[in-house]
Amino acid sequence: MEWTCPVPLRDYPTIVMGHGAGGQLSAELIEHLFLPAFRNPALEALADAAVLPPPGGPLVFSTDAFVVRPLFFPGGSVGELAVNGTVNDLAMAGAVPLYLSAAFILEEGLPLETLGRVVDRMAEAARRAGVQIVTGDTKVVERGHGDGCFIATTGVGVLRKGVDLSPAAVRPGDVILCSGYVGDHGMAVMSVREGLEFDTPLQSDCQPLHTLAAAILEDPGPVRVLRDPTRGGLASALHEIARKSNVGLLVEETAIPVRPEVRAACELLGLDPLHVANEGKLIAVVAPEAADAALARMRRHPAGEDAAIIGQATAAHPGVVALRTAVSATRVLDMIFGEQLPRIC
Amino acid sequence: MKYLDEFRGGPLARRLAAEIRAAATRPWTLMEVCGGQTHSILRYGLHQLLPREVELVHGPGCPVCVTPLELIDKALAIAARPEVIFCSFGDMLRVPGSGKDLFRVRAEGGDVRVVYSPLDALKLAQRHPDREVVFFGIGFETTGPANAMAVRLAKQQGVRNFSMLVSQVMAPPAMEAVLAAPGNRVQAFLAAGHVCAVMGCAAYPPLAQRYGVPVVVTGFEPADLLSGILRAVRQLERGEAFVENAYERAVRWEGNPEARRVLAEVFEVTDRSWRGIGVIPRSGWRLAAAYREFDAEVRFDVGRLQTQESPLCHSGAVLQGALKPPQCPAFGRECTPRTPLGATMVSSEGACAAYYRYGDFVPAGSVAASA
Repeated sequence: MEWTCPVPLRDYPTIVMGHGAGGQLSAELIEHLFLPAFRNPALEALADAAVLPPPGGPLVFSTDAFVVRPLFFPGGSVGELAVNGTVNDLAMAGAVPLYLSAAFILEEGLPLETLGRVVDRMAEAARRAGVQIVTGDTKVVERGHGDGCFIATTGVGVLRKGVDLSPAAVRPGDVILCSGYVGDHGMAVMSVREGLEFDTPLQSDCQPLHTLAAAILEDPGPVRVLRDPTRGGLASALHEIARKSNVGLLVEETAIPVRPEVRAACELLGLDPLHVANEGKLIAVVAPEAADAALARMRRHPAGEDAAIIGQATAAHPGVVALRTAVSATRVLDMIFGEQLPRIC
Repeated sequence: MKYLDEFRGGPLARRLAAEIRAAATRPWTLMEVCGGQTHSILRYGLHQLLPREVELVHGPGCPVCVTPLELIDKALAIAARPEVIFCSFGDMLRVPGSGKDLFRVRAEGGDVRVVYSPLDALKLAQRHPDREVVFFGIGFETTGPANAMAVRLAKQQGVRNFSMLVSQVMAPPAMEAVLAAPGNRVQAFLAAGHVCAVMGCAAYPPLAQRYGVPVVVTGFEPADLLSGILRAVRQLERGEAFVENAYERAVRWEGNPEARRVLAEVFEVTDRSWRGIGVIPRSGWRLAAAYREFDAEVRFDVGRLQTQESPLCHSGAVLQGALKPPQCPAFGRECTPRTPLGATMVSSEGACAAYYRYGDFVPAGSVAASA
């Protein structure tokens, strides 16, 4: 997508300190860059805070910060991540996402064209996710004190009727579903950074999951919990569920969808695909009698067409996630310690 | 990955495991030399498929684990210098020195970077001519050729701000040290397949003959490992002890002559100190005289360092197969990946890390049911 710099901004092809100083340059940036991209009535007031109509149900509220390097990667950019990351956090709580705020921390010297493309990507992602960006802020830090563009987004949504999700609701016998291939996002970012090339380039799975969550929640009663396995990958998300439910989880290594090229990239870099971040996948734990129907609804949705049943909750080892390996032995599914892949989201 | 999948699949692995069960009539103790093999065994749970008669003990083949404390302390001192960009494989960053690790040096302002290849460090040196770029060149015969190549290129291209802190070691002398140690229990080796892919197999017949132990060159996937175990058990049962290649798809008897040529040009054999084990004569390499100017130990005088090893850490016994990680009194208590006392707890090839990560978790009946 081409980005054309609006006329009033052309005097400054790169971000300067004044763009975050609250004066004339800040105002021009808002008026000619952010407002046209994100335009909606609440933002248009350009007040210190957005005034929003009452949501008609319990509020769901979440925040996240995005510091990915590089800013653009195959299948996405920091812009889509900043919208989808927060939209998905709301969706996993069972909410209809409604509004976002966006705070930009820009590094002096960032090309305005780069910011323009990021903002366009954010605007498009917001349209796709059906949310409005209604308030925001911009700060500029001196060259060398940031890395181009950091974005923090906060989101609010309204809880869907009849939905009550909690890892504490997981019971032995419940079925674990995964919405598709794991590890795509982390390895897409890493392969750019490490210069790994494949016949089919790895693409990030960055996408909003609110409509997939809605499809699963058409029959909300049997759904115990939804999680999007971002940093720490599938392993961390499963551990969190096991710990909070105090129920054991047993997953089948051969049932977990992993693309061959992701497996190959992991092999080269000494990583485990189950530890690698996703930005457009979810896991759902549902009551056993509802598992097949939930799987069918997921597979009918474009974001869940590769969904699979990957395991089951068990009373055998409370709080522990176990993996049945390809040779049918069983071991603890380990969780990464500390930093594995820095700055991937 | 088709090439790997067939060696990873369940049916072949289960068939090999059944053959091992049929072959083993007496107790045997086998050592897999390489830490990558140890991790594969625990990651796939291969030990759960083996009969009671076959015990695997874990060998010294983890480069991060055996890098001596004194050299890690040197690395910490060099990395803290303002003019230095210190490059290392990621594993090395959390290895405890005397009191801190490279992560701490980075948090305190040192420029410490993770690279995947020594050639990346060389490129970094070319991009930053005003800085001193130091690569921590650790490893067995497998990392040696790339490290040697980086130094050779640095000399050819006159990259004077590049140097290497070298801790290169060799597998066969360490295997011999295990066999010669009093109380040794190892009756057969699964030799490290990737080491043999570089160096070939010629170093092993003398070992096999002198100590009467089978040496089976073994790969890293489940079927590779089980096939190596099967061949070792068959030799032991027949009272034989010779060198056998169970990793034909990667290893030729003569190894990789080109890689060996670069190694011989850039490095020379030297005594090396192994963390937890001690000095093993002629067990490693240092830069040869013609390349000595690229030796970080020569370039940076960090003075005499007082090293201090944790008195609770038994990683030396673990590395020689004398102790299994869960038998160490500190395992999982004072020593965890969060608070490692020794390198074996943090390296991706360390035996303690493998036991800590994968646990030893066999729900009743699962092995019998799948066998």
